[in-house]
Amino acid sequence: MRHVLSLLLENEAGALSRVSGLFSSRGYNIESLTVAPTEEASLSRMTIVTSGSDEVIEQITKQLNKLVDVVKVVDVSEAPHIERELMLVKVRAVGPAREEMKRMSDIFRGRIVDVSESSYVIELTGTQDKLDSFIAAISSELILETVRSGVCGIGRSDRVLKI
Amino acid sequence: MVLTGAEIVVRCLQEEKVEYVFGYPGGAVLFLYDEIFKQDAVRHVLVRHEQAAVHAADGYARSTEKVGVALVTSGPGATNAVTGIATAYMDSIPLVIISGQVPTAAIGLDAFQEVDTVGITRPCVKHNFLVRDVRDIAATIKKAFHIARTGRPGPVLVDIPKDVTAQRCEYAYPESVTLRSYNPVLKGHSGQIRKAVQLLLEARRPMIYTGGGVVLANAAEKLTRLGRMLGFPVTNTLMGLGGYPASDKNFVGMLGMHGTYEANMAMHYCDVLLAVGARFDDRVIGNTAHFAQEPRRIIHVDIDPSSISKRVKVDVPIVGDVGDVLDDMIACLEAEQAKPDPARVSDWWRQIGEWRSRDSLGYRNSDEIIKPQFVVQKLWEVTEGDAFVTTDVGQHQMWSAQYYRFDKPRRWVTSGGLGTMGFGLPAAMGVQLANPGSPVACITGEGSIQMCIQELSTCKQYRLPIKVLSLNNRYLGMVRQWQEIFHGNRYSESYMDSLPDFVKLAEAYGHIGIQVTKPGDVEGALREAFARKNDLVFMDFQIDQTENVYPMIQGGKGLNEMILSSEDL
Repeated sequence: MRHVLSLLLENEAGALSRVSGLFSSRGYNIESLTVAPTEEASLSRMTIVTSGSDEVIEQITKQLNKLVDVVKVVDVSEAPHIERELMLVKVRAVGPAREEMKRMSDIFRGRIVDVSESSYVIELTGTQDKLDSFIAAISSELILETVRSGVCGIGRSDRVLKI
Repeated sequence: MVLTGAEIVVRCLQEEKVEYVFGYPGGAVLFLYDEIFKQDAVRHVLVRHEQAAVHAADGYARSTEKVGVALVTSGPGATNAVTGIATAYMDSIPLVIISGQVPTAAIGLDAFQEVDTVGITRPCVKHNFLVRDVRDIAATIKKAFHIARTGRPGPVLVDIPKDVTAQRCEYAYPESVTLRSYNPVLKGHSGQIRKAVQLLLEARRPMIYTGGGVVLANAAEKLTRLGRMLGFPVTNTLMGLGGYPASDKNFVGMLGMHGTYEANMAMHYCDVLLAVGARFDDRVIGNTAHFAQEPRRIIHVDIDPSSISKRVKVDVPIVGDVGDVLDDMIACLEAEQAKPDPARVSDWWRQIGEWRSRDSLGYRNSDEIIKPQFVVQKLWEVTEGDAFVTTDVGQHQMWSAQYYRFDKPRRWVTSGGLGTMGFGLPAAMGVQLANPGSPVACITGEGSIQMCIQELSTCKQYRLPIKVLSLNNRYLGMVRQWQEIFHGNRYSESYMDSLPDFVKLAEAYGHIGIQVTKPGDVEGALREAFARKNDLVFMDFQIDQTENVYPMIQGGKGLNEMILSSEDL
């Protein structure tokens, strides 16, 4: 089962490698990992997308909590939540494809953020599935380059991750 | 007051009431050594290899309730220390290791004796720090001691660049530490504790299984009280020996791969299992799928939530300090209307008696050749069961665990988790320094002892009267035993050729060496050695080369599939 874990951790050198080291040394799977400081400068917030049986996820949560730099761990996918990922795609945009790309970007509510004679950069935000569908919807020869941020997650309504 | 970084480090150690620092100097720690030179509250013990510094600090910590401290230089000093750190980590031993680092400006430039110490040690420490600012030294060392000794203990490393030890700042040792991200739960959940006591009272085939957590939490007396109140069988893991008195009638011996038949059978067939400060590791319960075949309800008490339901699914998890939880269980039991009923468990005890009567630790003694089990039994007799015993790793370690019966905690010092050969002698140095005047025996083999034999020199320098019992069978015995059982007697690289003359070697280091070849001389040699209160005596026992450790559970097998002797193979 896929899970989205949200962590608050001390914004200190080495904290990221403690988390990533834990996953590699214990053989846990990481699908994506994103991290950045929060509004409180001493804290970072990390979102990890992982998968495993309930027992494995329980162990991952316990092992993360055990790290001295980790302040809090929540499995946001346990309850209603929002997931978003940002993708930048550079596509070939010449001839008929130029108009076609603009249309596809509109359909997926993307924005064209860079234009050259032969290419566009499209910015797209959404769930992992939405970004995957966009990639699937355009011809692979037209994709020059993609970059994705990894998933960010947050609980809906009153569920708040804070210290 | 304004002090240099090095002065601050030594002040902090004094504040923590550190008696001994085990270490080895080098370029990056010269300022620190200069400060050590200028005072004598913290005594420094100069080892001959950094691995030994950490093992000695480890032995010191295991035999006391204190935090062990080691000091090493950057680069090779730190990498040599890693085996010692990993050993302490696997057995949850509280240590603070201070390592020197190249100057801040040189970090990352492949400087002389530079290594990413914090990176290398990260997977085998409870936590580590790189101190980049002299103003952070005091708070960091305070945190290091706090993290090392609280919760599930473990080693904490503090890496300090050389320039930071030379810089100056205002010094004040913090009175207390608060870490928002680190607050171990001490008090067990009262509802869970009541539920556990209920389950125990309803049990017909109960079993108490305890590990190193009981020793580390100084909860042996509490466990003994609970065990006697309940009248249930008790087994200890290798790390847990001494947590419950071996001479008590409820004690069924150590369990696991080389545990007793009765302990393993009772563990397998019990209906309610109380696990305390133990972690169901592979050498204890063998194959988890096999263990799960018998239905039983499990209560698991541990300070580390990640130890619970890790390998074995647990019914009543209780997170908390083992001592606190045992107190609460005793109080709960006393308040309870229902009392433990011996009649309820009498059939179970009858069954255990039958298993016991198989005498799984029985062995055929000989008048001709020394049996290793006999040496350990004699050691137990000669020291009246009250010595501190350290070991290395292999057959001799298992024989020591089986035949030296510990009634008290913190007497048994062995590398259980990591299984580090070379641990025994340096660990014995720490034990002897922590317990001057007490008998300390290091049981070893001719393979293991050679992994840290240079420490005989340290023992001479500090006049440590350790008694070394080398069970010499000219084989890496445990490797040979497995090759015999699983690899068609092909003894690949397990024979120890070109051994030194250990008597002469001991003498060369300024100690007394004795070689013992006849069973009739074992007791006399031991008595003579222990009578020499001020000397290290190295006893080279030429033992039966073919002896193997039994009983045994083969890897991947279940607890009820024990081999009692070579005839069962």
